[in-house]
Amino acid sequence: MLFLETLIGGLLAGTMYSLVAIGFVLIYKASGVFNFAQGAILLFSALLLVTLHEHGVPFVLAVLITLVALILLSILIERLVLRPLTNRSPMTLFMATLGVSYVIEGVAQGLMGANVHALDVGIEDVPVFIGDLMISQFDLIAAITAGVLVGVLALLFNKTRIGISLRAVADDTRAALSIGIHLNRIWQIVWAVAGVTGLVAGMLWGTRQGVQFSLSLVVLKALPVLIIGGFTSIGGAIVGGLIVGAGESLGEAYIGPLIGGGITPWFAYFLALAFLFYRPAGIFGERAIERV
Amino acid sequence: MKRPFFTQSLLAIALSASLGLGAVATAFAADQYVPLPTYRVGPYASSGTLWWAGTLDYFRYINEVEGGINGVKINYEEFETEWSPDRTVEVYERVKKGKNGSPLAFFFTHSTPASYALIEKAAADKIPLIDPAGGRTESTDGTVFPYAFPLLFNYYSQASTGINFIAQKEGGFDKLKGKKIVTVYHDSAYGRETQAAIKLLAEKYGFENIQIPVADPGNEQSPQWRRVREIKPDWVFLRTWGVSTPVAIKTAARFGIPVDHIIGDVWAGSEADVIPAGAAAKGYQALAPYPGGASFDVHQRLKKHILDAGKSDLKDKKFFGSVYYNIGLVNAALAVEALRTGYQKFGNRPLNGEEGRWAFEHLVIDNARLKTIGFTGLLQPIQITAKDHEGGGAARIQQWDGKQWQLKTDWIQADRDTLRPLIEAKANAYAKEKGITRRDLSKEQ
Repeated sequence: MLFLETLIGGLLAGTMYSLVAIGFVLIYKASGVFNFAQGAILLFSALLLVTLHEHGVPFVLAVLITLVALILLSILIERLVLRPLTNRSPMTLFMATLGVSYVIEGVAQGLMGANVHALDVGIEDVPVFIGDLMISQFDLIAAITAGVLVGVLALLFNKTRIGISLRAVADDTRAALSIGIHLNRIWQIVWAVAGVTGLVAGMLWGTRQGVQFSLSLVVLKALPVLIIGGFTSIGGAIVGGLIVGAGESLGEAYIGPLIGGGITPWFAYFLALAFLFYRPAGIFGERAIERV
Repeated sequence: MKRPFFTQSLLAIALSASLGLGAVATAFAADQYVPLPTYRVGPYASSGTLWWAGTLDYFRYINEVEGGINGVKINYEEFETEWSPDRTVEVYERVKKGKNGSPLAFFFTHSTPASYALIEKAAADKIPLIDPAGGRTESTDGTVFPYAFPLLFNYYSQASTGINFIAQKEGGFDKLKGKKIVTVYHDSAYGRETQAAIKLLAEKYGFENIQIPVADPGNEQSPQWRRVREIKPDWVFLRTWGVSTPVAIKTAARFGIPVDHIIGDVWAGSEADVIPAGAAAKGYQALAPYPGGASFDVHQRLKKHILDAGKSDLKDKKFFGSVYYNIGLVNAALAVEALRTGYQKFGNRPLNGEEGRWAFEHLVIDNARLKTIGFTGLLQPIQITAKDHEGGGAARIQQWDGKQWQLKTDWIQADRDTLRPLIEAKANAYAKEKGITRRDLSKEQ
């Protein structure tokens, strides 16, 4: 029973990692950029939401204003950072996102302060019992949220013109450009959608640990998830999150006490390393095929 | 014709500049230079911004209201480190020779890792490292560590005070026998620092000592608290830090661990630790060598002369009297009182490192002095000696009522007599490893 409870708890906790990883996947799929600023966007969105709410703005309105701010931020990033760097190497773009990350963190803390805030999204972190099995209600709702988000994104990608354009850009940027798809607009949309997933992740992580700078470090959990699931697959991000969550949880419960230390920081990376040996592109990642 | 005029002008400028600079240098040399490695940005900014506000507000109060310490003003200067030990070491190297003629009397490390990193350098440079409620525990033994001061409340005292409070709640030390006390700790040098002390106390009092690590950053702790639930502890000692504290409190609540049986340590007992945990933190208790609250005398003085005068460094006034603000205040007061002690011996002028060490080693703040400076209830009476660089070793217990900290006890003293042999044994091991000969205090003045 203890094993089962640890496993299920780990799987549910893993979906919280998946939520963060999805934001990376969206941008990587559309532009081949590993967006280091995703953590800063997560922090910015949660900090703006909680600041607005603390200043008396009703919660739903605060969420809407934050969404608008994220869309504006995406447009700004595309105009000021990505557009001037079009056709530069992925490493250049990655470094640019690193810079964006510092700017967003600094501006967010400068404008809204560095204090720790509580965020209550109305989900109580209480146990739910299925027989003798104890599950966290919060983790359960987070998992359902991740599922809904994946469903919405699947609809967006498969059933709308924007989604089909996104997929076209992801598959072959030059071909997409040749048939008249507006690349810059697509980038703006993708960054905005990634921002929205950042807001969802920021709300859930902010509820769990408080809204503070360390939210931006949650991205470190997303990296092994992406390595395992693949950088280009939303489904992969979910599966990767589940593997990391379950692996960490079981490892901490059964291996940690044997070696006398907390193992979560490195165990996920250990798993990722093992996957890199056997599936360098991750479980669902696209294998690079190059003409030689 | 132009040349003499040009030369005269140049001479005049040079002369007046040198006189001017001389005047500035003289002005600075009369001040005591106090560099402050701070962290107002980065991961620890939420605590740093309040901490430095407390320190700066108190230094401003001393300079502007009291006219300095016996007339010597404090010339403080901030250096942003983001709580990074390597940057703190860099700051130390930059400031160790003092500034504008004022030597360095001491160096606040504000970080246990930085204290570890600097301990040998500072001893060689003869500059006291001041790290209240932190630092290397064995540096309490000043005969091996003449230039390190883990003032006020070292890690062993933190462990002992926690156990003493639990004994008080249980009805005596004899009631500890057979009890299960779980320590959930941040898996770092800080988190592990109390283990030897708790082991010793467990042997003395017969309680079962279970240690469970939480790896940094600790934002997911279900496996640890599932294990705690299986153990069914009588008490939990929470030695976490940063985000791992609110996550621990919330996760403990989910696993049915009663929050009023969790005792947080110094660095798990601020508003930043409980506010994010929401309702789950109501009833949580923590060790408070730096109690929260703004009802102490010194706060009334600061409110009148600094806050209401618009001179406070505090951006959001609702944090006036928060735990981190008070940490800044208390640490600043310790520095001020040590310097005052030194000025009484060496005269009212900036002190150097050796004089600074003498000043700290003769620092006495008794109840009468606490009353005079307005710190009664906020700071414990303290007496530092060459042998004992801690000097206090007590904390109050505060409990979070959902909105603010409520003080529940007076000062609870650590069992320092029991801990001292352990400290000396570790100090001896260090001395042996580094080839240090203990100071012979009988030969010192």
